Amino acid sequence: MDGTTFVRKEILAAQSPPTSEIGIGGWARENLFGSVFNSVMTVLSATAVVLFLAESLPWILQSSWTANSLSECRERISDRYGEGVHGACWSVIRERYLQMLFGFYPSELYWRPILTFVLLLGALSPVLFPSIPRILLVFSAVYPFVGYWLLWGGSIWGPFSIVAGFAIGIFAGQHVKYRIAMIAVLILSVYLCFRISGYLQTAAPVGIEPIESAQMGGFLLSVTIGTTGIVLSLPIGILLALGRTSDLLIVKAICVGFIEFIRGVPLITLLFVASTLLNLFMPPGTNFDLILRVVIMVTLFASAYMAEVIRGGLAALPRGQYEAADALGLDYWKSIRLVILPQALKISIPGIVSTFIGLFKDTTLVSIIGLLDPLGLSTSIRADSDWNGIVWELYGFVALMFFIFCFAMSRYSMYLERKLEISNH
Amino acid sequence: MAYVTEQSSRPFRLRMLIYDTRYRSLTIQICALAGLMLVIAWLISNTAQNLALLGKPVNFGFLSQPASYDINQSFIEYSSRSSHLRASVIGLMNTLLVAFLGCLLATAIGLVIGVLRLSRNWIVARLMTIYIEGFRNVPVLLWIVFYMAIIIEVLPSPREFRGDSPEASMLLWDSVAITNRGVYVPEPLFSNGLGDVSVFGIFAISLDLIAFLVVLGAGIYASQRVARWAGKVQESTGVRPATWHYSTALIVVPPVALLLALGFHPGFPELKGFNFQGGINMRNSLIALWLALACYTGAFIAEIVRAGIQSVSKGQSEAASSLGLRPTLSMRLVILPQALRVIIPPLISQYLNLTKNSSLAIAIGYMDVTGTLGGITLNQTGRELECILLLIVCFLCISLTVSAVLNWYNNLVKLKER
Repeated sequence: MDGTTFVRKEILAAQSPPTSEIGIGGWARENLFGSVFNSVMTVLSATAVVLFLAESLPWILQSSWTANSLSECRERISDRYGEGVHGACWSVIRERYLQMLFGFYPSELYWRPILTFVLLLGALSPVLFPSIPRILLVFSAVYPFVGYWLLWGGSIWGPFSIVAGFAIGIFAGQHVKYRIAMIAVLILSVYLCFRISGYLQTAAPVGIEPIESAQMGGFLLSVTIGTTGIVLSLPIGILLALGRTSDLLIVKAICVGFIEFIRGVPLITLLFVASTLLNLFMPPGTNFDLILRVVIMVTLFASAYMAEVIRGGLAALPRGQYEAADALGLDYWKSIRLVILPQALKISIPGIVSTFIGLFKDTTLVSIIGLLDPLGLSTSIRADSDWNGIVWELYGFVALMFFIFCFAMSRYSMYLERKLEISNH
Repeated sequence: MAYVTEQSSRPFRLRMLIYDTRYRSLTIQICALAGLMLVIAWLISNTAQNLALLGKPVNFGFLSQPASYDINQSFIEYSSRSSHLRASVIGLMNTLLVAFLGCLLATAIGLVIGVLRLSRNWIVARLMTIYIEGFRNVPVLLWIVFYMAIIIEVLPSPREFRGDSPEASMLLWDSVAITNRGVYVPEPLFSNGLGDVSVFGIFAISLDLIAFLVVLGAGIYASQRVARWAGKVQESTGVRPATWHYSTALIVVPPVALLLALGFHPGFPELKGFNFQGGINMRNSLIALWLALACYTGAFIAEIVRAGIQSVSKGQSEAASSLGLRPTLSMRLVILPQALRVIIPPLISQYLNLTKNSSLAIAIGYMDVTGTLGGITLNQTGRELECILLLIVCFLCISLTVSAVLNWYNNLVKLKER
């Protein structure tokens, strides 16, 4: 054993991996050409991408932004780029984008929907991002009235008096002992203030130009219906989910019946109900606004789906959480508010956001009952003799706008999930 | 529970209805029930008053009156003299047809896309992500209207197939014509067919179809018997006899023999005058609705499939291969049963969504139940309440049937825990 064998005494330094395993070559081997099947797939899909780009890029770029009709646009493209070139007529977007955004809202009043939208972002930010000062939540609470007043116009006293009624009611309610009395005070003060608003208007007429609902359209309409539905459907959905999981048999039966009924029918039948039947259900002579009726139906529809999502979250909570809350001596509402809901809502964030996205997409259905949302406007633009025959540009634009909104929402939900995941540890 | 007896010895006071937990739940429930019944009574009395003012009490008699409108796609005999009820039934059948076709195609798309999205191939996985995000984030109504517009504007009209040097030509050896009015495919014809049989005088069914289905069903049943026999042999001797040629022959030979006996031959569509004649005409609205619904729902199904596959832990497939199962067997016996338990419930709710979304057909003029009962019949008769009520009942029946099936399935595959 002396000197006949080689014994390594020191550890060798690690060698660098073979060149085929690192860098772009290694990455491509790993991800693109791992096996024969993989390579075939890579070649096929790369060819598809190249063909798609070769077809679509010239179409997008060799386009006309200035023509005033489809035939003029085609002429200009063949003049500029040669015979037989198919180019996009983006001029339809240039000509109609204001209509697509605002419908038939008077053009000198465009500042109002724009301001409403900016304020909406301001009102949403404290809700969405916890780093924003909490005091701004007051603005979020007042915003629905401001937004309504800005969009529909009219006397300022109506919305103002309701806000004032709420403020007075909440202030006065704090000095009342029982919860039921508190709610009664709140309702009473809102009602009284609302009755006063008529006199205030005659005494001091302050207001801006009122706008008919028929003048609203485009993305203004989609965002209005969508946002209202989203904001209202969450609390109603929570209540329905709590009702469905509660021990009270009759309450449970009512909630189950409502949820299953709404989920069993398509939204379009509910919108038919909104457009033809809802006035029948009200006292004779009532005729309230079509947009309001649609919002009611869309909200009911979304809240049934929301209830199911939240019920999933409630069911996913371990039984010990409920028992622990009981053991602490919390009553039902306190245990729900402080222990159960914060956890259940966190679990159901992906489902909640996808319900929101579904609701926002479903606002397009209002075009079937004659409201002029982006799809309804596209149909009327395509029926216009100037733009008869235009497809890709118009629908592409609408699809892109919806995609941006919905994709942003789904990314936000991922951000929120990650953040809550981190803050939990 | 000593404190309960202590409490119950106290005399009953009215305030205990709210503050005593024994009575409170009862109070709340009775209040809720009374409130609900008040609201319903209020709505019904309003409706009755309004209908009395309009002078049209609730009456379903209009269903038996002649519809006097045409439906461009119907499986059973229909003319404009048929009743509104028949028109509604045809609409319902059209709804079920597009829902069935849509579910088939959406499942196929969803399976392929969902599996490919998990592919290790970078470019393929990215393309599938783009497909899923693109379809999921754009409204389905937009897709439907968009597909319809593309079919009308981009595909050739039947006129372009005419002349000596036509601008468009038929596909697959002149058997399929794709036009902007629809797709024409060959239809099965029987030179010595059995004719039709009338069911209760309401509608007619082709006897050829029934005979074909019966023979096919018998073949499938026989091949299952063969498989069971093979299983018995395997259990007693340990060797499974090869049966694939028997079962294939049992399924294929009798139907083919029947078709030959009936004189089966395809009827090709031909251009006559301004349009194609003969063959089966799948109208452009059906094609647009079908493709749009399938592509849209396919994106959702793809995500469900992906989640299902990812939910089976890697240890399961490793355990299966360590037991010596071949990849196909381990997929069939170990992976799929576990993945399907995750996949099937949301998949069925997607099928239901697709069926409900098919009511958007009204936007492109496909005559489904929303288009006939909730569209033309409603507008012609002015019976909003009755029509929408019937429409809701139709959809509720479909939904409740599907959810009953779903519950049955969920109980079937529920983990049997000890």
